[in-house]
Amino acid sequence: MSGDKPKPAPSSRPACWARALADAFRRHPTLWPFTAMVVLLAWNVLFTPNFMNFEVHEGRLFGSVVSILQKGAPVMLLAIGMTLVIGLGGIDISVGSVMAMAGTVTALLIAGQGLPAPVAVLAGLGVALLAGAWNGALVTFVGLQPIIATLVLLMGGRGIAQALTGDQNVPFTSPAMEYLSTRPLLYLPIPIFIVLGAAVVVLLALHKTVLGLYIEAIGGNAKAARLAGLPVHGVRLLVYAFCGLCAGLAGVINTADIQRADVANCGLYLELDAILAVVIGGTSFAGGRPYLVGAIFGAIIMRMLTTMLLMHNVPTEKTLIVKAVVAIAVCLIQTPAFAGFMGRLRLGRARQA
Amino acid sequence: MRGGSGDPPRKVAMASSDPILVMRSIDKRFPGVHALDGVDFEARPGEVHALMGQNGAGKSTLIKVLTGACRRNGGAITFEGRDFHASSPADAQAKGISTIYQEVNLVPTLSVGENLFLGRLPRRWFGVDWRAMNRRAREVLAAFGLHLDVERTLSTYPTAIQQMVSIARAIDTDARLLIMDEPTSSLDKHETEVLFGMMARLKAKGIGIIFVTHFLEQVFRVSDRITVLRNGRLVGTFDTRSLSRLDLVSHMLGRRPEEAEPSRAARAAAPGETPRAPLLSVRGLARTSAIEPFDLEIAPGEVLGLAGLLGSGRTEAARLLFGADKADGGRMDVRGRRVRLHAPRQAIALGLGFCPEDRKTEGLFPEMSVRSNIALVAQRSLSRLGLLSRRTHTRIADEFVRKLGIVTADLDVPVKTLSGGNQQKVILARWLARRPALLMLDEPTRGIDVGAKVEIERLVESLAQEGVAVLFISAELEEVVRRSRRILVLRDRKFVGELEGREVNVETVMNTIAGAE
Repeated sequence: MSGDKPKPAPSSRPACWARALADAFRRHPTLWPFTAMVVLLAWNVLFTPNFMNFEVHEGRLFGSVVSILQKGAPVMLLAIGMTLVIGLGGIDISVGSVMAMAGTVTALLIAGQGLPAPVAVLAGLGVALLAGAWNGALVTFVGLQPIIATLVLLMGGRGIAQALTGDQNVPFTSPAMEYLSTRPLLYLPIPIFIVLGAAVVVLLALHKTVLGLYIEAIGGNAKAARLAGLPVHGVRLLVYAFCGLCAGLAGVINTADIQRADVANCGLYLELDAILAVVIGGTSFAGGRPYLVGAIFGAIIMRMLTTMLLMHNVPTEKTLIVKAVVAIAVCLIQTPAFAGFMGRLRLGRARQA
Repeated sequence: MRGGSGDPPRKVAMASSDPILVMRSIDKRFPGVHALDGVDFEARPGEVHALMGQNGAGKSTLIKVLTGACRRNGGAITFEGRDFHASSPADAQAKGISTIYQEVNLVPTLSVGENLFLGRLPRRWFGVDWRAMNRRAREVLAAFGLHLDVERTLSTYPTAIQQMVSIARAIDTDARLLIMDEPTSSLDKHETEVLFGMMARLKAKGIGIIFVTHFLEQVFRVSDRITVLRNGRLVGTFDTRSLSRLDLVSHMLGRRPEEAEPSRAARAAAPGETPRAPLLSVRGLARTSAIEPFDLEIAPGEVLGLAGLLGSGRTEAARLLFGADKADGGRMDVRGRRVRLHAPRQAIALGLGFCPEDRKTEGLFPEMSVRSNIALVAQRSLSRLGLLSRRTHTRIADEFVRKLGIVTADLDVPVKTLSGGNQQKVILARWLARRPALLMLDEPTRGIDVGAKVEIERLVESLAQEGVAVLFISAELEEVVRRSRRILVLRDRKFVGELEGREVNVETVMNTIAGAE
């Protein structure tokens, strides 16, 4: 690696700083999405009126930043599951539909069967877990390409949800679900803590358990992992099932938020946001080390853009364009080609000096 | 005619026809490797010229330089008497040099006719003249004695036919020189015969053929001349008729039989030693188109060598024993109990270990730390409740880094930053930490420096003394002979001989590989 070579004596302090910084970015790729997020935040603090306004109502904190975290919670959850799947060299494009399935099942059980909300939520999550396991089974045991395998549920999942409800919204009244969406915990909305909890659990699993080691090994070199006797199939199945569970959580949060199951719109296109968040986060599509925190930053960036453009009264259709531009920019600066370009630029400048 | 150490010999008899291709003093360097060092090569029209050599000999680099897939650092190429320079394989094709690969490079979903004329479809008005195309396709194929339904999708034909379509296409696009890179390795016996028939027709047409293969039998059947490369250098070009198999093998391996020293293992073989019960025994284990049925037995503390040229089925046999590929016939017993392996996991549970030949793609986790790479297998039996114990991992890794003398800054660096020899030791350490009963080493010394080679050989010896059974696979016969008490020899995906005691010497191994005597 070039960074390990002995360098000629640094000519000046700034150059030394730049080198240390470049080194830090190479060793901790999560710094890229983190920096992008901070830059976006700074821009908003400076140029978006009322962005940093906070108010406390009935023991709950309100403000753009809080709303970004709350509204972004579903995508962050999707991104957590998706990071692991992409880290294994796969992809799950069904998560949006799985959200809708989980939300619909939960809503139907509350509204139709009058089941207590916790039971209904568990049932919804169970369905999502099964959906994820189904995806995993198609990929591992049938050997389908992940994009094809999960395409099945992308279409079929929402289809099932629509069939179950007769393509109608399912409104319900449930104090517990209302609580989940509106009551604060330590001044903050509960979904933020759900994301935090999920992230902590996954980070611990990745860094402190054998499973995490296996996930990294299988993502890094599946052939070698098989020859080392690792349970490649089992781990893959588990990761897809977990991704489904994350989608289920996101679906329940979304359903609690709007107090009805919106089969046509719940989670629609969110798989794209989640995939972009993972890419921004720095996880390679070829598989390898999963960058979980980066993916969460990526999800926050996506949501912050939406909120920011709304606050600037930019029409929604243009929002997508801006999102696309930011996403491609963040991805491009992480490519080796960009690093090479910067290197040449610096060299050129050094030669001129 | 045999390659002396001083100056490389040239071909003996000069045929009447002038060469169509002349490559002179071709030089190619990759970072850290001198892939081609002043190699001369030529091909005549109407000749099948075999290009032979072990892994890393420079065969594929020479082909790549010729077809423009990579640039040469020095030397000159003339084709049909003129300076030849191809910027890419497509450019080479346009200039008359076509390559037929093992994996057919046509579009499998198009029809036979479309494949023949892709990129030069006959036009009529604003579209393609399908009728003319199919008529011409039939004519082209008929010239090779092939009568196919040209409107059928290419992929519905067997590989051999696809390959012939690809050859027909090359000839019809005016190729005067054909490079056939391992064309027979995915063909069965009959298909190979058909292909050889086609090669004979091409010869008759005056087309030059460069034939790259690992199959000795085939080389002697179809080639007129043989050029042998070794370690990026030309060993020599020989007339096939006047070259014995043994000579060819010794040229490829860089060792003359007379020089063979008696094996240390053979000398050490004490006569009255009690034979131990086999750890692993195999009867008729086989896998279609990978390895023909074979028997094998190995006892604790024994070093069993597998010798054979590249592509002879050494790796395939080891993969069957490890469960990496599934056998489709025969039985395997471990410690007297029958086992059926579906995955390496089962073999590992039985105490088997396998260092694969290609450590980069099948052994290493390049981004992961040295610690994780070493501890990965052994930690399974040591970790509690699935929790990762960094301390346990460090202890395992530390022990073997010291034992094997692995040179690394610390245990946290990604294993990809280590040198080849140290990477190989990391994989060895991974298995040693598991305390295997049988360790299979597939080319453990390839691509590593001499010092590391000696260390790995020594390690094999001490493992055997500790009672570990070792299956030692290597293309370097000296190594195999030095370390093994017994050697099984493979040729063309078949086990062809078992050598024991006094027979364990380079000369006998070479003779057996060559199939002489």
